[in-house]
Amino acid sequence: MKLTINGNGTEVKDGLTVKGLLECLEIEPARVAVEVNLRIIRKDDFHTHELKDGDSVEIVNFVGGG
Amino acid sequence: MEDKLVIRGIEFKSRLWVGTGKYRNFEETARAIEASGADVVTVAVRRTNIFNRDSENLLDYIDPRKYKILPNTAGCYTVEDALRYSRLAREAGVSDLIKLEVIGDEKTLFPDTPGLLKATEILAKEGFIVLPYTNDDPVMARRLVDAGAAAVMPLAAPIGSGLGIRNPYNIKIILEQATTPVIVDAGVGTASDAAVAMELGCDAVLLNTAIAGADDPVAMAMAMKHAVIAGRLAYRAGRIPRKLYATASSPIEGML
Repeated sequence: MKLTINGNGTEVKDGLTVKGLLECLEIEPARVAVEVNLRIIRKDDFHTHELKDGDSVEIVNFVGGG
Repeated sequence: MEDKLVIRGIEFKSRLWVGTGKYRNFEETARAIEASGADVVTVAVRRTNIFNRDSENLLDYIDPRKYKILPNTAGCYTVEDALRYSRLAREAGVSDLIKLEVIGDEKTLFPDTPGLLKATEILAKEGFIVLPYTNDDPVMARRLVDAGAAAVMPLAAPIGSGLGIRNPYNIKIILEQATTPVIVDAGVGTASDAAVAMELGCDAVLLNTAIAGADDPVAMAMAMKHAVIAGRLAYRAGRIPRKLYATASSPIEGML
């Protein structure tokens, strides 16, 4: 299936959860927030929330700022 | 003497708060922040680099157990965006603290105060501890507190301008009517600016560029630390009134 991750179209395997996607991307879940189709997915739900074809996923973290 | 800054039950050790932007690298960020003595550091929320996972993370250098992380909504020009970034920040972080920015103008980065007020109201209802970056308008400061702000953060001058406190009289009025802490945010250029803010009676100073942009950020961080401490002490000590003419310090009595 195709996802848009942080604005980039990416092909991933079907049935992937948010947790699975973060694992694929080698991203530490503790330090990020994830939004799917503008809805925040709580960390507790990472392992159950299944992504669907066409989903728009945003993964954010903290960077230097004032 | 006990003189702690407390906001909504959270105790702050330092009255100097610092940003983490614009440093040359994370190592320099860490050294400057350490030297500043600040226990609050601001951060921004941005997309994770999904292509280069070797890139280092700010939190590898700024330990969230040691520092209170204060996420901002920098770059947000609408209420909607500011809410979105705030909610993401809370999810990515560990606290309800948010430095709320709703920017109204690209050139000055002055706040869009109607938007700021609206966002403050919504986020306060959602349980956020809202610290809004606002202009030096005493009426707006009052309205923000009425809307649920936990503190108000009037600018001294435009972000990154280093102009110092352009309107100390307005800051004074904001302080006079304040029922929450007042933190000067943005525009501080050097140590004396920070000292002036504290001498006026501000509860804290938040700055970034003045340290990060200095030739020697670690030295400037130390200067800011001392300036804030000195300014606070001077405020509490109570300065002498300004007079036009001299008053001799040495006695007349006993002169030849």
